[in-house]
Amino acid sequence: MRALDRKLLRDFWHLRGQSLAISLVIASGIATFIMSLATLDSLQRTRSRFYAEQRFADVFASLMRAPESVEAQLAEIADLRLVETRVVAPVHLEVAGFDEPITGRLLSLPDSGKPTLNGLHWIQGGPPDPRSDDEIVVSESFALAHRLTPGSSLTAILHGRRKHLTVTGVALSPEYIYLIPPGGTIPDDKTFGVLWMPRRALQSAYDLEGAFNDVTARLAHGGSEARALDALDTVLEQYGGLGAYGRDDQLSHRFLSEEFRQLEQMATLFPAIFLSVASFLLNVVITRLVATQREQIAALKAFGYSNIVIGIHFTKLVLVIVAVGLLAGTLAGRWLGLGLSAMYTKFYHFPYLDYEVAPLFIVAGAAVAITAGLLGTIHAVWRAAHLPPAEAMRPEPPASYRVSLVERLGLQRWLHQPTRMIIRHLERRPLKSSLSILGMSFACAILILGAFFGDAIEEMVNVQLRFAAQDDATAHLIEPTSRRALFELESLEEVDQAEPFRIVPVRLRAGHKEYRTAIEGLPIDSRLAHRLDQNHRPVPIPVDGLMLSEFLGDWLGVGVGDSVTVEALEGSRTVKRVPIARLVRDYIGVSATMNLPSLNRLMDEGDAISGVRLDARGSGSSSLYRQLEARPQIGGTSIRANIIRNFYDTMAEQMLTFSFFNTLLAMTIAFGVVYNSARIALSERGRELASLRVLGFTRGEIAYILLGELAILTALGILLGFGLGWLLTAFLIQNLQTDLFRIPFVIDISTFALATTVVIVSALISAALVRRKLNRLDLVAVLKTRE
Amino acid sequence: MEPNTREGGSTTAADEHVVFRARALTKIYQVGEVEVHALRGVDLELHPGELVVLLGPSGSGKSTLLNILGGLDTATSGEVRYRDRVLTEASERELTQYRRHHVGFVFQFYNLIPSLTAKENVAVVTEIARDPMKPEDALARVGLSDRLDHFPAQLSGGQQQRVAIARAIAKNPAVLLCDEPTGALDSATGIVVLEVLDRINRELGTTTAVITHNADIASMADRVIHLTDGRIGQVIVNETKKSPSELRW
Ligand SMILES: Nc1ncnc2c1ncn2[C@@H]1O[C@H](COP(=O)(O)OP(=O)(O)OP(=O)(O)O)[C@@H](O)[C@H]1O
Ligand SMILES: [Mg+2]
Repeated sequence: MRALDRKLLRDFWHLRGQSLAISLVIASGIATFIMSLATLDSLQRTRSRFYAEQRFADVFASLMRAPESVEAQLAEIADLRLVETRVVAPVHLEVAGFDEPITGRLLSLPDSGKPTLNGLHWIQGGPPDPRSDDEIVVSESFALAHRLTPGSSLTAILHGRRKHLTVTGVALSPEYIYLIPPGGTIPDDKTFGVLWMPRRALQSAYDLEGAFNDVTARLAHGGSEARALDALDTVLEQYGGLGAYGRDDQLSHRFLSEEFRQLEQMATLFPAIFLSVASFLLNVVITRLVATQREQIAALKAFGYSNIVIGIHFTKLVLVIVAVGLLAGTLAGRWLGLGLSAMYTKFYHFPYLDYEVAPLFIVAGAAVAITAGLLGTIHAVWRAAHLPPAEAMRPEPPASYRVSLVERLGLQRWLHQPTRMIIRHLERRPLKSSLSILGMSFACAILILGAFFGDAIEEMVNVQLRFAAQDDATAHLIEPTSRRALFELESLEEVDQAEPFRIVPVRLRAGHKEYRTAIEGLPIDSRLAHRLDQNHRPVPIPVDGLMLSEFLGDWLGVGVGDSVTVEALEGSRTVKRVPIARLVRDYIGVSATMNLPSLNRLMDEGDAISGVRLDARGSGSSSLYRQLEARPQIGGTSIRANIIRNFYDTMAEQMLTFSFFNTLLAMTIAFGVVYNSARIALSERGRELASLRVLGFTRGEIAYILLGELAILTALGILLGFGLGWLLTAFLIQNLQTDLFRIPFVIDISTFALATTVVIVSALISAALVRRKLNRLDLVAVLKTRE
Repeated sequence: MEPNTREGGSTTAADEHVVFRARALTKIYQVGEVEVHALRGVDLELHPGELVVLLGPSGSGKSTLLNILGGLDTATSGEVRYRDRVLTEASERELTQYRRHHVGFVFQFYNLIPSLTAKENVAVVTEIARDPMKPEDALARVGLSDRLDHFPAQLSGGQQQRVAIARAIAKNPAVLLCDEPTGALDSATGIVVLEVLDRINRELGTTTAVITHNADIASMADRVIHLTDGRIGQVIVNETKKSPSELRW
């Protein structure tokens, strides 16, 4: 090995603590990069493969009822290739030993053969006998939640008739990778499942003999989705079509795509932060190294080493540090990605996971890290390379200090000598001090960014499920009916109060914008369901006009006073212009609300209702829920307490994973910055401090000078970090606002406290390490060696 | 301008007889508003195989002159020739090549690389030289065969200086430039170091220039050049050189 390379290795070893701290920061950046990209890529690849294998449809439509002969008409639509009709129906289920109401969705399996589209991936067992009327296939998550296997049985209430069913198979469908109950927002494996049943049996159970109520289709090559949707709507209109939609509006597909977008964001934001911090740290360390080695550099040049060779020498050192970080980061990223993917597969039901870290990501990660490393050090390396040898031969002139600003402000009376030293030192290198503060503030900001989600979820639950919703349970009717259902439920013994609502699927149109949603009609004095203003106070339901979520209003480009075209997708299929009366704030889904009688009028219908909200005595008992379920006209019941519990359950794991992860990452930054600042300060001022010791200062006193500086940097870093965390959070959620979720911008005081604690703890650990070095300061050696 | 008498006229022609030739060399340092005239017009020639001692008070420009001769620094005006090349017109790259292949430096403060052992410190130079000695041989010449694997911190000052000399001679340079090689040493150790220089000069015929503050050392030189205030004053030719072992200070 060349002597110069040997020097490199020894320099590296000498700097191992600092290098390691920097490598860790780089590793964190690369790990998030690889983890997010590999997870994203794997999930995307898995999804595509699953879609292809099971022929996931491109377009979807539901309708009330159409005779099977209509299928031929649909098959003629030029933009479509494969068309499959189905029967889809809501169902109540009972599983032995489980008290809460379970709802499900029943889908038909073709009489002969496998489904042409949306095939099933078998986990266990196989399809039912097409002629049977009591055999079903259940979705895997539901099967797991209730320990169902082929041969297990459960009870279904099909159109009001109880029926015992036997499970023949457990399967996964590309349509239900993400499975949430209708009207819900998060998965609930225990109380909602998807089941498949032979078509004939399902048709007869729901009085749909010779008919279908659902269509899925594949687009022809080069077919236009928009045209296909229009054509479907035209054909299905007379059969009660509810509006065709493409994959972008298919719930499972949408949620996945949304998640992918978040991963993409993680793959850029986090690595960017980490690598900038690493870049800065490398700058500090290499600059210092070049300063301590200026005479060595001069000697090497005197012997005829060229500028380039000197430049390469220091660049190599940077590359070694980057390489260590890269290697660790890549391995960690691979491993974390596997864990993250595994976590995702708990909520996203894939038959398998095609996990693989594409070499491209590793190359990209390396390119990014190396670029960051070189950018950070290019100046220091250039200075080393261009050091005039004759000048470098002389020792560096003593650092020039000034009387600090604080002292010029006349505060010096209050500062004793050591404190003045701290402040003058900080002020001597304002840029470096500011960057150290900035680095520390990033650590703090990342923690806030991570912990903030907990606050946001709490806020979402509070606003949406505690303030806005006041019911104990909500019963959904199978189809809109008269108010008789309301009176029946009201008269149930345990029910204190019952309130009707009407839900009409609609298309809202304003200018070129169009949005598929449902209008909910509420009683004008609704007490069990509220709409909230910006301050989370209930707003009265307007007598006329529509109330929209702010998000939806913005999306459609309308405000109060404008109007939108409402196109009802069921019943009368009214198309009317309705003014916007008010915008409301909500976080989950989007809402469009009207006064119930107005909605009924809009629909040209009597006082039809879609469901009833109940205020039960106490919070409702299982016997009440059983009574509800027993009613044939009720298609599903949701219990608010369960929704809240489930919300926390589902989010908790994700939250914990991310918080833990974030805390670790932030600690690497905090540690990297504090430790490096401390070590550099020690190297710059070792002689000075040793001299002070010789003059009779105690260890504690010199530690104060060195660590006091760090304490000031840390404190300022935390303060700035609060601001930065606030900004980053705002930026992040800005990019995560969708019609599925709007993450509220609330940061709880406890989040700031957590961030502060973690940064301080990391700072204390680095301080302890440096303090140990300080205690071992060899007075004689320090004074003897020339800088 | 009274100095530079004896040598002046006689060597205008054959370049083989002159290793260095400086003409009207000046060096001005700009320190803020102030101009520091380190060299105020130096004319000088060094001959092959010659051992020259540069004497002069502190601040008289000795190091500045040596640095310019060694291609470490550039002159403000004037000309320096090394054999047939004009150093004062050379580019950074050419100066680097010049230092790499022709010059050996010995610095007052050794400037060893602390993270490398004695042998490695020498290897740093031999690895890039054209026809170097083996580092072991170079260290043997300065009597350090038993200290090959010691780090600078494990060597005494004199030993470090000898490593520095080994490092300077290991490439078999045509010229050896030493800036106060004994400055930090006691007289006994200083003499050991000077003996090494003297021997290299004799055995290898290396043109050697040594800066010192110590007038006694001058008696081992072929010529003694006095610098005062950036100008060459007296130049003394020693008819009989003393060997370093005869020196005392
Ligand atoms: N880089 C520099 N910037 C400004 N002035 C300089 C610089 N280098 C040298 N000088 C000045 O040039 C003059 C000559 O310096 P030089 O180092 O050549 O002196 P010297 O004869 O070697 O002295 P000493 O015996 O103390 O080493 C001095 O006045 C010195 O202060
Ligand atoms: Mg000098």
